[in-house]
Amino acid sequence: MCTVCGCGSGEVTIGGARPAVRPAPGATVAWRPAAGGGHHAHHEHDPAHGHGPAGASAPGHVHAGEDHLHFGQGPARAHAPGLSQGQMVRIEQDILGKNDSLAGANRTWLAERGILALNLVSSPGSGKTTLLCRTIRELAGRTPVAVIEGDQQTEFDAERIRETGARALQINTGKGCHLDAHMVGQALPRLELAENSLLLIENVGNLVCPAAFDLGEAHKVVILSVTEGEDKPLKYPDMFAAADLMLLNKVDLLPHLTFDAERAIDFARRVNPRLEVIRTSATTGEGFDAWLGWIGRGLGRVSASRVETVDALKRRIAELESRLAANAP
Amino acid sequence: MHEMSLAEGIRGIVEQAATEGGFARVKSIVLEIGALSSVEVEALRFCFDAVMRDTVADGATMEVVDVPGAGWCMPCGETVPIAALYDPCPKCGSYQVQATAGTEMRVRELEVE
Repeated sequence: MCTVCGCGSGEVTIGGARPAVRPAPGATVAWRPAAGGGHHAHHEHDPAHGHGPAGASAPGHVHAGEDHLHFGQGPARAHAPGLSQGQMVRIEQDILGKNDSLAGANRTWLAERGILALNLVSSPGSGKTTLLCRTIRELAGRTPVAVIEGDQQTEFDAERIRETGARALQINTGKGCHLDAHMVGQALPRLELAENSLLLIENVGNLVCPAAFDLGEAHKVVILSVTEGEDKPLKYPDMFAAADLMLLNKVDLLPHLTFDAERAIDFARRVNPRLEVIRTSATTGEGFDAWLGWIGRGLGRVSASRVETVDALKRRIAELESRLAANAP
Repeated sequence: MHEMSLAEGIRGIVEQAATEGGFARVKSIVLEIGALSSVEVEALRFCFDAVMRDTVADGATMEVVDVPGAGWCMPCGETVPIAALYDPCPKCGSYQVQATAGTEMRVRELEVE
């Protein structure tokens, strides 16, 4: 477990069940000493040389041994000229590439069904679940809604959602501090989602970690409540940078608080100049017309692009069929 | 933050490369970490050794190449250097700056034998 944030794996449950084993990128290759001879023969360490301290600011790895050059000697820690390229392997892969490819698969799965997925992120206690319950009630009879609830433990939030009549699946992350694309990918087929529907993913209450993990959603929606500090967008910039929409929630409480809404919005737009903002109250319903309108436009875009995709596929099939017919004996 | 997951991501990339490249040991791993990315390098370093244990990269050193941040300033209409997502444009002072570089978290290369 990571002592920084409690992040870890091994205690995840999805709808109360243990998840499938994560896709392993390949068998672990156990360490073994390099065989003598061959190209390793030259690679004897000079006992006089030492590895420098490993550190972002330390050059480290400066080697003086004969016939033994390593990278890391220059100020940019670039490769030393003359380095044997056989010893270096260019990788150039994003650390989150695995998550991103699983998120891409989720995105395709959702697009094929015309489902708009929103990833709702905030601190604990911003009013996400109450906001979701009202959103579902307001959309009842118009748009089918399903919810994926992410929390470290308990099924309390999924039960609150189910009381609205919507289907909800709880993912417990155990020690984990965020949902990832693999968890959501396993949840999707279990939810029996309707076509052209809305999927709301309530992420673990955490303004830090969920920012980096794409789940395959159309948009991240960050919720900031007026009972929090108005400087939160500057204190936790990654999340506000990753979001497309900010809901400034619990605005019915503003008369009782010293919270400066304009200042909070200004701070959020310093981090993300393109951020849209809607002021909402799940208690009074303020701002819900704008919020539901925003969702409606998203649903329209998803179903429009789905029509285009199906049409594109039909065109492609027709094209291939005509080519087959032309080649037929 | 989520550095344990990131370290596991690095392990997956390294093991895949070891399987494909047929090398037995990774001596060092070079990462590119952008100034505007969501990774805390010291926290990642803390997780790195634990996650690489009993793998092809057991005992490997983690080297970090810093990638400076940059953003597109809308009023200036040009790319300017920024050190944080909430930094103003160093030329005009506007906050209308959209990050364009320095958000990467990549495994650049491996030193293997």
